[in-house]
Amino acid sequence: MPMRASLLRHAIVLGALAAVELGCRAGLISAQLLPAPSAIAMALYGLLASGALAADIATTSRNIALASVIAVTGGIALGVAIHAVPRLRRALDPFLASYYAVPFFVFYPVFIVLFGMGDAPIVAMGALFGIVAMIIAALNGLDRVPHALLKTARLYRMGPLATALRITLPSAAPHLMTGVKLAITYCFIAVIAAEFILSSSGLGYSIAYAFNNFETLRMYAIVLLILAVSITLNGVLRAIEQAALRRRGL
Amino acid sequence: MLLANGFAQAASTARQSETAPELHLKATGVERRFARDGGELHALGPVELALRRGEFFSIIGPSGCGKSSLLDVLAGLAAPSAGGVIFEDEPVKAGATPDGIGMVFQEDASFPWLSVADNVGFGLRRQGVPAREVSERVTRALGITGLGDFASAYPAQLSGGMRQRVCIARTLVTRPRLILLDEPFGALDAQTRLIMGEQLLQLWRETGATVLLVTHALDEAAMLSDRIGVMSARPGRILDVIATGWPRERDSGVAASKRFGDITAQLWGRLRAESLKALGV
Repeated sequence: MPMRASLLRHAIVLGALAAVELGCRAGLISAQLLPAPSAIAMALYGLLASGALAADIATTSRNIALASVIAVTGGIALGVAIHAVPRLRRALDPFLASYYAVPFFVFYPVFIVLFGMGDAPIVAMGALFGIVAMIIAALNGLDRVPHALLKTARLYRMGPLATALRITLPSAAPHLMTGVKLAITYCFIAVIAAEFILSSSGLGYSIAYAFNNFETLRMYAIVLLILAVSITLNGVLRAIEQAALRRRGL
Repeated sequence: MLLANGFAQAASTARQSETAPELHLKATGVERRFARDGGELHALGPVELALRRGEFFSIIGPSGCGKSSLLDVLAGLAAPSAGGVIFEDEPVKAGATPDGIGMVFQEDASFPWLSVADNVGFGLRRQGVPAREVSERVTRALGITGLGDFASAYPAQLSGGMRQRVCIARTLVTRPRLILLDEPFGALDAQTRLIMGEQLLQLWRETGATVLLVTHALDEAAMLSDRIGVMSARPGRILDVIATGWPRERDSGVAASKRFGDITAQLWGRLRAESLKALGV
């Protein structure tokens, strides 16, 4: 059954692509609206080969990497801290639960005021968008550390640090891994979106620039690049997650 | 025989003690009280308990009588509200479990991120035992608990009974002189429990350790123990201590004897009223 599901999935994607390709070549879809997929792929190849996008790719990668590192390390640290103070936890719970219900990007002027122009507000938006996913996952994992394991730690007279490093974190690791995956994805989304609205470089900015200048083919090529990278990144993170679970015989 | 040096040493100490029973652990006036809803919950005690070196002692009592709470105090995992515990002539302090005490819990306490061998060696590595000695002692402990073929498996790949054996092996490998077992077979099915009980008897004989088993199963207590302490409903006190008189070499076959029926009946006679009280009937 899973084999047939994956066949069907591939068939849907390839079928849609083929339909668009045919529609474009038959002149049913205007090239100004949507160029043929083959043309988009060729344009992307051209952009990559010529190095025209190299600077933008470097900027965006750096922003995403920085934001992800801040979101993941900060999220785990804050998760551990909030978990240790139950009263703080109860006070913050409603905020954490409703965080992603707020249209986060309306605050972009605030970020400019706080961090000025340049990459700083973009990294800040990415990190703040991702960090709460990491905090929630960390709390989730810490809640599920079995009581018997903590009792075992006390039996071995392990101090708070040894207990955290050798019992709590390994026990919560599958949840932390899920958090890492989500946090990086959210950072990716927020950095690209922030580049659209408050940047003068990066891939998000390049898409907006191409759109405003009617460079439809260039715009779609960069969109394709971002899709390809995000799908690949998600696949890699998923594979790491699965490998970690398999190691535990799950 | 699978007798290893350390185990053999412990066994010989135990044999000496058979001639003159030696006090191994003594609890005096142990109580636990918790603050609850502005008032106070008297959960346990006062408990008086004296374990002889090398004996198999079971504690049986109605649910909620504070059996687990008592074990936590004996192991130094929790401080008593009153009273104290002496283990091998030293007072047990909360937060400082003595090296000679090992404990197995009812819940699965194996570490899912470590292989069976690494699980079993965990305590030894914490104690700073050299790697080569750790691997030798782990191999031996896996052998006695019948886990030899599963050294590199992960807990998730094992059955509940085998995971509990991992925890027992992890406890045995540190050569405890007193083993506290908190309903270790509670989550297992009846047949597995019977087999685990027999294996526990064998380990007890081979290691010569003192065993304190907390259980709610009458037959388990009657079959395994030298002596059985019957606890009252909350706040749990030890009402009675019943000696079974079984020989050291025994197995589940004792369950067929008339004596087994008498002991079970005697236990239930003591326990029935307390269980009714615990249920609020």
